[in-house]
Amino acid sequence: MTAPALPATTVAGLARGLAAGRWSSVELTQAYLARVTASQSELNAFVTVTAEAALAAAAAADAARAAGKASALTGVPIAHKDIFCTRDVLTTCGSKMLANFVSPYDATVVAKLAAAGTVNLGKLNMDEFAMGSSNETSFFGPVRNPWDIKRVPGGSSGGSAAAVAARIAPAATATDTGGSIRQPAALCGVTGIKPTYGRVSRYGMIAFASSLDQAGLITVSAEDAAMLLGAMSGFDPRDSTSVDREVPDYVAALDAPLAGLKIGLVREFFEKGLDAQCEQRIREAIAVYEKLGASVREVSCPNLPLSVPTYYVVAPAECSSNLARFDGVRFGHRCESPRNLNDLYSRSRGEGFGAEVKRRIMTGTYVLSAGYYDAYYIKAQRVRQLISADFARAFESVDLLLGPTSPTTAFEIGAKVDDPITMYLNDIYTIGANLAGLPGMSIPVGFADGLPVGLQLVGPHFSEARMLNAAHRYQLETDWHLRVPAAYA
Amino acid sequence: MSLTRKDIENIARLARLELAETEIPVYVDSLSKILDFVGELERAPTDGITPMAHPMPGLAQRLRADEVTETDAHQRYQRNAPQVEAGLYLVPKVIE
Repeated sequence: MTAPALPATTVAGLARGLAAGRWSSVELTQAYLARVTASQSELNAFVTVTAEAALAAAAAADAARAAGKASALTGVPIAHKDIFCTRDVLTTCGSKMLANFVSPYDATVVAKLAAAGTVNLGKLNMDEFAMGSSNETSFFGPVRNPWDIKRVPGGSSGGSAAAVAARIAPAATATDTGGSIRQPAALCGVTGIKPTYGRVSRYGMIAFASSLDQAGLITVSAEDAAMLLGAMSGFDPRDSTSVDREVPDYVAALDAPLAGLKIGLVREFFEKGLDAQCEQRIREAIAVYEKLGASVREVSCPNLPLSVPTYYVVAPAECSSNLARFDGVRFGHRCESPRNLNDLYSRSRGEGFGAEVKRRIMTGTYVLSAGYYDAYYIKAQRVRQLISADFARAFESVDLLLGPTSPTTAFEIGAKVDDPITMYLNDIYTIGANLAGLPGMSIPVGFADGLPVGLQLVGPHFSEARMLNAAHRYQLETDWHLRVPAAYA
Repeated sequence: MSLTRKDIENIARLARLELAETEIPVYVDSLSKILDFVGELERAPTDGITPMAHPMPGLAQRLRADEVTETDAHQRYQRNAPQVEAGLYLVPKVIE
């Protein structure tokens, strides 16, 4: 790929240059749009590029700055996962079902980040309806990992992770239902944060599994995540699960020393299935934390190994209910010449949804159906309670849990696509946080055979400030997060 | 748990999903495997454990006051509709 070099690649660095007048938002936006265009045939990270609107927003940001009305993020380009409704812009959720859907309104996240002065470059590719761990279920084709284009970027926020890793977007919004921010962040060597359930509004974020879904970010650094998370968090009366609680100053909390921080290592995460080289990188990162003054102890969450089967009852059940809205009547794909109303529903849905989405709708329909509801759905909700209690017990003795984000580095495109269970097990370390509503992060901690390895941090509810602080202090000691794939340097 | 072709056809009918003939054996196989996999939950002792529907302890679903807060925007919303006429969504005839 040949594309213009960038003056800086972190949101913090770009913002400092904008404030100092070293470059304008229009210049930055042009440079990023050129990189988006140059990379698209190779990475397929974007579904829609909103070049014209981006340049207009950048010019407006420059004018606001000239008028003395700039805030920290004014003029910084970002991109949105195509799950966030964006007014007058195609919003597909990676599906044929919504391949023609032009959103009539903005998601709260989109509106808040626009109000903070950011410039939207476009909409990022993703697994269809966020159901996937490799970005191979997208109707718009797989995204490729910039570290090795034969490999997956992870999913479902694969476009977000690949775009930030290749520095074709400085930062991206993303969503996480079972690991969809943290796992692609790990596989692409970037920073990802899934906030506490209810921290960020989900209004206008297309629903997958409503007791698990949460919006977050993929960025180069924890500092960038802190800047953007502050702008997108907060109470929203339009989301009934939004929590009415003050948003702390995440940036101000970044530099706090880690002396006295109590770190827990979940024994069950190191027992089996973790790649040996990945484990070594994780242990090295933990040693950095010890050097920074943190104490480390082992904790046990005995029910956590049940998190994947629990999730694959709860999430499909909620998905089968949420996706009932796609009926071929009000928006989305409609089949040709329906014979009757039932034919209209069945064929529109059969044609509009891809194979994995149909698999999950059917799994959910089955576990919710008469005779199976108690055995599967209620049972899974009871086990969810046990998993949640395991975390609560762990946080009585430690401040943060550290461990792997993913059992392996990025795998080859096509390697797991025919085996759903193997694919589902990619999220074995990440799903627990969703089941318990906890915030989680992944940060890059080195490489195994040239591919990035991610360290996962999980904290108690609303501990984002402490988690970002811990990630930032690590990133001051190391430069893994600043490594860029050679082809995109 | 071994599902049959008939089971898959029934689930697809409940979910209003028309499946191609070639899709059916694929879902017979993969849904059977998924149900085996999640069947592992059976072994977990959960007597007396309350089912957990909301991930945040102690938080209930918030209700809003019953007040009109949105204005009519049906024309804007209907721009995405496959077929409308006179402000109405059109579907095939339901009552003969």
